[in-house]
Amino acid sequence: MAAPTDQDPKLAEYAHPERLVTTSWLAEHLGGPDLVVVESDEDVLLYDTGHIPGAVKVDWHTELNDPVTRDYVDPEKFAQLCGERGIGRETTVVFYGDRNNWWATYALWVFRLFGHEDVRILDGGRAKWIAEGRETTAEQPKPNPVEYPIVERDDIAIRAFKDDVLAHLGLVSSGKGELVDVRSPGEYSGELLHMPDYPQEGAVRGGHIPGAASVPWARAANEDGTFKSRAELSAIYEDEQGLSSDEPVVAYCRIGERSSHTWFVLSYLLGFEGVRNYDGSWTEWGNSVRVPIAQGSERGEA
Amino acid sequence: MSLPPQLEELVEDFAGVGPKDRLQLLLELSRELPALPAQYADAADTMEQVHECQSPLFLAVEVEPAGERTVHLYFSAPPEAPTTRGFASIMHTGLDGEPAADVLAVPDDFYTALGLAEAVSPLRLRGMAAMLSRIKRQVRAAVA
Repeated sequence: MAAPTDQDPKLAEYAHPERLVTTSWLAEHLGGPDLVVVESDEDVLLYDTGHIPGAVKVDWHTELNDPVTRDYVDPEKFAQLCGERGIGRETTVVFYGDRNNWWATYALWVFRLFGHEDVRILDGGRAKWIAEGRETTAEQPKPNPVEYPIVERDDIAIRAFKDDVLAHLGLVSSGKGELVDVRSPGEYSGELLHMPDYPQEGAVRGGHIPGAASVPWARAANEDGTFKSRAELSAIYEDEQGLSSDEPVVAYCRIGERSSHTWFVLSYLLGFEGVRNYDGSWTEWGNSVRVPIAQGSERGEA
Repeated sequence: MSLPPQLEELVEDFAGVGPKDRLQLLLELSRELPALPAQYADAADTMEQVHECQSPLFLAVEVEPAGERTVHLYFSAPPEAPTTRGFASIMHTGLDGEPAADVLAVPDDFYTALGLAEAVSPLRLRGMAAMLSRIKRQVRAAVA
């Protein structure tokens, strides 16, 4: 049985309130039946310094990526990862992490690729839980392993590949589709070939995919790491940027992690249908031969 | 090419255990990173930022003016960045107090011998390579 939906009034404003929980909801429901809390951080050691009691860790780099091919793990590996952590197919999984839940939304997105239904984000993530002085522990939980089914990954509904993006450009140029670049302004314009402080994920060409709106991902977050209210998000994505909830949207960054945060915001908080995350992102596009690129702060022609 | 003795010992410690224990070792090291001494605590702007690390890391390098030109290293990284602190601690444990020539002789890719790529991911390890190259650059400038 799925855990109840958090009835918090701020969450109720969102298109899909069932995709978020507040820190107080989680504190109340911790240890409940068929609820597993997953911490997913940028820093691979952070979980071990102390975490929400009972929470298990999923590391994006080492556990959700295939170690050889640039792709996500296969169905067998995913089933093993879940089963070992006590996650069954019907389990409610609440994700949280560092840096405005950046990697938590990435992990959630991968769980959605495998069609795991009940996935939620802890609004405010690790920072808010700790700022509120809530309990943490360094004790490693020992979940009872469960059987997780082998399910095929759906790489169509919420994931875009390079060829999909090239095809999508036609929709963008005719005003029937949107692209969102969630990187920093310097990466968007082409001045930077990598994210500030992340030179290892570089590209040989700088700029953005023509026609893409520039909305750095963290604009969707408040100072305390919580998501902005629905009205504030709508003002940014719909009023200011002109994105429309009934048009297909592709979001990208450099490897697909920051854009999964925006994918979450557009899909579940604003209720856009047909949002896909292009995980090849700039490390693929900016290294590809003869794909169109726009430079400067203007969107350019798709 | 040989590593300074403390660094050699760390490499052996890491190489001698499995991937999960390597993370624990790195965590212990992150806790052992010394606090910044007073002359740097209020003067972060005199330190060099290592932009290649995924979390803010600042380092300062001092080289004694005479004798073996002994190198002293100082690091600053926030507690919510334990991996970065762990990398800094490896540098501090392995290189602090060593002669300039021995620091400069450390191979740029020494960190591959720690066997952390599997547990930490190669992308995250780049921060450690950048730390070493920035330390060497400052040492080289000081002894030039």
